[in-house]
Amino acid sequence: MSNFEVGQELAAVSYPIDRSLLVAYANASGDQNPIHQDEEFAKSVGLPDVIAHGMLTMALAGRFVSDVAGGSANVKEFFARFIKPVVVPAGSTVNLIISGKISAIENGIAKIDIQAICDDVKVLGMAKAVISLS
Amino acid sequence: MLDPDIVGRTFVGATSTLVTQEAITQFSRSIGEPNFEVAAPTFSISITLAESQLLLQESGLDWTRVVHGDQKFEILRPIIAGDSLICSSTIETVRVVAGNEIVTVRSDLLAGAELVVSSWSTLVVRA
Repeated sequence: MSNFEVGQELAAVSYPIDRSLLVAYANASGDQNPIHQDEEFAKSVGLPDVIAHGMLTMALAGRFVSDVAGGSANVKEFFARFIKPVVVPAGSTVNLIISGKISAIENGIAKIDIQAICDDVKVLGMAKAVISLS
Repeated sequence: MLDPDIVGRTFVGATSTLVTQEAITQFSRSIGEPNFEVAAPTFSISITLAESQLLLQESGLDWTRVVHGDQKFEILRPIIAGDSLICSSTIETVRVVAGNEIVTVRSDLLAGAELVVSSWSTLVVRA
């Protein structure tokens, strides 16, 4: 694992999201809420279109954290607030841009502040993780 | 409106969930994670979501109006294939902000007496 420094920026990674990913994530997670797959249903409850599961957005941010940590086994804590939906129109791919910054290092752990941006809009708030450096 | 008396209500799953390598692999693959030896950091939601949904529906909450507000995980050790996990969910707080009810549910996943993952879901019930 690389030696981190407080304040170090973690390079942004782009994660593409399309309708097929929403189906794959619904099947893997068991969250079959139709707002994540059925456009007509999503619009009937006041959404602009199908939206990604908040937990999918968080899972992709988690993948970023696992990569930084040198594996999922080193991820100790993870928090995110869902502040804006990620809208996924049919036939298109939207890009979720995840980046981070080391905010603290102490006693063998590092704290990371995470940014998640989609279409120039921040979709996760207060997102942060604690990873083990051991 | 939810009854404030539901705060502190706990629901312990009647059966344990056996974590299979297939479930870990399917979850990781869906998000493009190439390593499957341990579960992804948010994998536990695939076990706890259904359990906390049961608890809240039994408490009178209309699941169709629920929006996920925030989520926290404390991972004491990674989940691995072969883990047999019992989910214990507790309603920790209920409050009303701008007419919307906000419920916090804590879900603990236990392997026998060992606490493996604690998670907290804040759910907003749209008015």
